[in-house]
Amino acid sequence: MALTLTDVKRVAQLARIAIDDTEAHATHAQLSGIFKLIEQMQAVDVSAITPMSHAQDVVQRLRDDKVTETNQREHLQAAAPQVEGGLYLVPKVIE
Amino acid sequence: MSHATLKQLSDGLAAGKFSSVEVTQNFINKINNLNKSLNCFISVDEARSLTQARTADALRAAGRAQPLTGVPIAQKDIFCAQGWLTTCGSKMLSNFVSPYDAHVIERFNQTGAVNLGKTNMDEFAMGSSNETSFYGPVRNPWDRERVPGGSSGGSAAAVAARMAPAATGTDTGGSIRQPAALTGICGLKPTYGVVSRYGMIAFASSLDQGGPMAHTAEDMALMLNVMAGFDARDSTSLQRAATDYTADLARPLAGLRIGLPREFFAQGVSADVAKAVEAAIAEYKKLGCSVVDVNLPNMGLSVPVYYVLAPAEASSNLSRFDGVRYGYRARDYTNLTDLYQKTRAEGFGAEVKRRILIGTYVLSHGYYDAYYIRAQKLRRLIAQDFTNAFKQCDVMMGPTTPSTAFKLGEKSGDPVQMYLSDIYTIAVNLAGLPGMSIPCGFDGAGLPVGLQIIGDYFSEARMLNVAHRYQQVTDWHMRTPKDIGEGVSA
Repeated sequence: MALTLTDVKRVAQLARIAIDDTEAHATHAQLSGIFKLIEQMQAVDVSAITPMSHAQDVVQRLRDDKVTETNQREHLQAAAPQVEGGLYLVPKVIE
Repeated sequence: MSHATLKQLSDGLAAGKFSSVEVTQNFINKINNLNKSLNCFISVDEARSLTQARTADALRAAGRAQPLTGVPIAQKDIFCAQGWLTTCGSKMLSNFVSPYDAHVIERFNQTGAVNLGKTNMDEFAMGSSNETSFYGPVRNPWDRERVPGGSSGGSAAAVAARMAPAATGTDTGGSIRQPAALTGICGLKPTYGVVSRYGMIAFASSLDQGGPMAHTAEDMALMLNVMAGFDARDSTSLQRAATDYTADLARPLAGLRIGLPREFFAQGVSADVAKAVEAAIAEYKKLGCSVVDVNLPNMGLSVPVYYVLAPAEASSNLSRFDGVRYGYRARDYTNLTDLYQKTRAEGFGAEVKRRILIGTYVLSHGYYDAYYIRAQKLRRLIAQDFTNAFKQCDVMMGPTTPSTAFKLGEKSGDPVQMYLSDIYTIAVNLAGLPGMSIPCGFDGAGLPVGLQIIGDYFSEARMLNVAHRYQQVTDWHMRTPKDIGEGVSA
């Protein structure tokens, strides 16, 4: 499963990272080297193994359905690039 | 005071030999002298640290001091600390003043410890040399042309250069142990789930774990007593009875079975490293331990498996950096997608982007089973290897890294070579086990070598005991680099 230049550009688009042609070429070369390492995984028969998603087999905790967070809008929005009237500002999305 | 251990500072404060303000000022002076050349700290806030020190002195005067009250500790810049710049080594967070405290920071604040500043690190903890930091590389105090390791390189170098008596780190694939080894200090990555990840900026959530970095096992035990414990805000935090990690430090080691994974001593380890590690094992035999060969047959797969799972989790975690709610935002953009794309292209460095792209690819339609699920299956095989090996031994030992500190720029152009420098540490994270590195000697060039100690789940107290007894009969952990200035003993 060789990674192509088109793959690199498609994945950059999915990841929302702008990439120009020069960068895409350089990235393609580096990622190909990394995937050569990753391909070592294909040599093992894994058909009988259950995937391990976490280090400990613990059950997800549940909590009471109660409000636990207080309103800290102003405090938290102080870190935002652009806010107005308590709202985050972004370019217009809907015409 | 600046060559003292955390324990000595704690005792000196308790005995009234000096105040927290004096201790803190002493370390701030060391930072001011050395940071320009070593670049260990991203931010220092002298006034804030000294305010905390005064509060600690008042607590002590009121008879409410705990062991780490008034002791200054450097914090890796991955931990959110309210009112402090918290950058995670990235341009993306270059303007981020955290509105809240991480659980670990909260714990240190509650006990009255002083935050000495935020240490440099590889960007978003992705790196093994500290060269991916937006704030420039950290230099190894033992040889300034060499890297301190990473990602907790700033913490490691600061402790090694006695700019801080101890520091926090985080370890996803070796980021506490590898820099500890390369700078001649101690570092412990606890069992996954022992230290809360709340407020610790996420890299790969199923692997990330915070831990202490210090001069001695005893100091790490004191720190872990503060850092460990249940926190409902981290869904993977484990509910367990509180442990006093200092309680068992002096326990004799007679009868301890040390497993030596053959894979750790195979091709790839440098002769000097192997020699120092073998000498350490000989020392353990003198302490009454027995040695048994064990096998971790799938360990060779740990690097490939890690470079699927960690980037996959990272690509998901780092999607939150979008230039909308906090952090960096690109200046010119035409629409929302353009804002996202330019913000992320400009805000992330090359290594972070590489890993996001790998992660996005292995999670994308058509590749998920072949990469991500397969890697999760192999992760189980790797974890089972450890479970099997622990039937024959109580702890495992081997080198932390294949070689001593490498030169700045030596591996930064070749990601695969860089990734392979974590070959002995990554499997421990995949299994979720606790791992530690302690100094055990030097190579021919005078660079420190680290001994890795791997324990079974939740055996941190025993591992600290194993390290402590070794440190009672050796002095590798007390050696200091040249040219770090005068120290005052406690």
